[in-house]
Amino acid sequence: MGIPRTLMLWLLWIALTVPIGLVVLAVVVYGGNRSFLLIGKTTSGHHQIELACDACHTSLFGGREVLHDACVNCHGAELRAANDTHPKSKFTDPRNADRVAILDARNCVTCHQEHRPRITRAMGVTLPDDLCFNCHQEIASERPSHRGLAFTSCASAGCHNFHDNRALYEDFLNKHAGQPAQLESQRVALADFLKSRDNAIRVARPLGPADADAPAAHAGDAAILADWAADAHAGAGINCTGCHTGKAEPERWIAVPGIASCRNCHANEVRTFTEGKHGMRLREDLMATREGPFGLFTASTLAQMTPAEARLPMKRDAAHNSLGCGSCHSAHRYDTTFARAEACAGCHDDPHTKAYFASPHYTLFKREAAGLAPRGTGVSCATCHMPATEVRASDGSRSAYATHNQNDNLRPNEKMVRSVCANCHGLQFALDALADPKLIADNFKGLSSVHVESIEWAQRRLRERSNRRAQGAPQ
Amino acid sequence: MSSNVIKLGTAALLLGTLAAIPVARAQWFGGKDAKAVPVQDVTDMLHAVMAADRAVYTQRVVNRLQNEEKVITADEHFGDKKALPLPAQMFRFGAEKVAESTTKFSYSLLSLWPVNRQNAPRTAMEKEGLKFVAENSGKNFYGEETLGGKKYFTAVYADVAVSPACVSCHNGHPDSPRTDFKLKDVMGGVVIRVPTN
Repeated sequence: MGIPRTLMLWLLWIALTVPIGLVVLAVVVYGGNRSFLLIGKTTSGHHQIELACDACHTSLFGGREVLHDACVNCHGAELRAANDTHPKSKFTDPRNADRVAILDARNCVTCHQEHRPRITRAMGVTLPDDLCFNCHQEIASERPSHRGLAFTSCASAGCHNFHDNRALYEDFLNKHAGQPAQLESQRVALADFLKSRDNAIRVARPLGPADADAPAAHAGDAAILADWAADAHAGAGINCTGCHTGKAEPERWIAVPGIASCRNCHANEVRTFTEGKHGMRLREDLMATREGPFGLFTASTLAQMTPAEARLPMKRDAAHNSLGCGSCHSAHRYDTTFARAEACAGCHDDPHTKAYFASPHYTLFKREAAGLAPRGTGVSCATCHMPATEVRASDGSRSAYATHNQNDNLRPNEKMVRSVCANCHGLQFALDALADPKLIADNFKGLSSVHVESIEWAQRRLRERSNRRAQGAPQ
Repeated sequence: MSSNVIKLGTAALLLGTLAAIPVARAQWFGGKDAKAVPVQDVTDMLHAVMAADRAVYTQRVVNRLQNEEKVITADEHFGDKKALPLPAQMFRFGAEKVAESTTKFSYSLLSLWPVNRQNAPRTAMEKEGLKFVAENSGKNFYGEETLGGKKYFTAVYADVAVSPACVSCHNGHPDSPRTDFKLKDVMGGVVIRVPTN
């Protein structure tokens, strides 16, 4: 008497299902090629790290709160720096319970859902763009200037943002009303400060080719030595072993120093690099695979980003470059002039990048690079996308660095007003320019065809309030 | 006779035991509850700390440095203007910090005449409470309300103009709906909520 057919089928089902289930579970927990787990196209902000699932899904059993905490883990500092206009604490207050019932703004994922390509709009927003209406229905009665405006127009360029309104609040608009398009002084922020800092780290006697301390087996050729000797590193007393050896194993020669070597001295630059799209795969806590049982899974990090994987137009011959510090800063010739514009154009192939080389900004950049104009008057890609950032320590001391997170002030683009545009241009000119997609594509060659009215509205309201107050009427 | 006495005695003992059960339960198993501070005392204590800190900041920092010594101003946009945060902002920042660390209570500073419209009363109890403390000098308002399906003990305390800085700022602010405040006037109220279920 053989085994009944039904039992046979059950055993077969179990024999197939259990191992397959264990494999899937192991991949979910430890890593490997997880692309089959993706439930929908990932947003442009996260697609590079989509296979490091536990960057966001920090717990297998987590819900909205877990995802929210993951968002805050990476974006919290940025929101705090932006004086987030809608912090979570505003919505955990019981007095707003009725609002939360309509739109639960306590969690990031209410507005920013991942893997939902069909409903994902700019900046990863997955709600319809009339979301402001849920809480601000009275705006037309409070602000007559807003009567008749479409509910989808609140976040139009130059008006309001949900999180960052540092360049758009009423007093700011009023303070900068009436500014000329071209300010009298047109220099990037902190230009002098950065120059003084650069000089401060120069040593009394810069190193030369004869000082190179690389072991004979690794001595570079004359061209490498010449590059290094003419470079800021030699000027600051950084010898070959400064980058090619590590503290843990000082005897071991590191043939190609990576981001860890750079981090030893350029911590802020490396940190911000890993916060932006160029280097986010290199964040220290991101893992493609974690150590698994029985040696089945070996810990590995994500591979460096390549232009081929980008969602913006890139040059075909740069498709397989990998993005690390050395991509823009060559190893021994730390040429910041090259890194600030030509390095970008080495990969990026979109209209905005291509138009830069025919723009007034590039003309200024060339003049500065040629020594024909003062430091800080040229405008490179990095001037706008990697601006100098000032840091104040708790003791009041100042320091500055060039942020290497090129996304920090990119969207919504009004974020660029304070950190970049306002150094050279009046607020109205800047808001109008940033509101014109065609002008942006032309890299600001020409004038904006869009006019943002927010400054005029703020001015009108200021006058009306002053008049009413002068007449003794209630506001 | 003796049988009846025994029956009565037994019944009395039984009743006494039944009556003692809740007391004993509270004593042995619910000691924490029995000794719990009444929620009204809790909100009163919280408010005492809030009101003291608020008065100290307003009088000894803002009024002294801005109005008396004129060495620095207090401004809504204190970051941009390198100024002191307004007393109301200091209070709100504290409330936001508390909200980040606990849900056991929450508080806010509201007014029937708010400079920022977001700080006008929203719930029926906020409206009733603010009106009560404005019209009944020295008295607090207590009540219970249900918000988002949760019950809250809600206390409202008068927020009084403790220094000339309060009066001059509110009377002079372009967004202030009232411009005739005087020192010691009730300008609004502190609303403290404690969830009760």
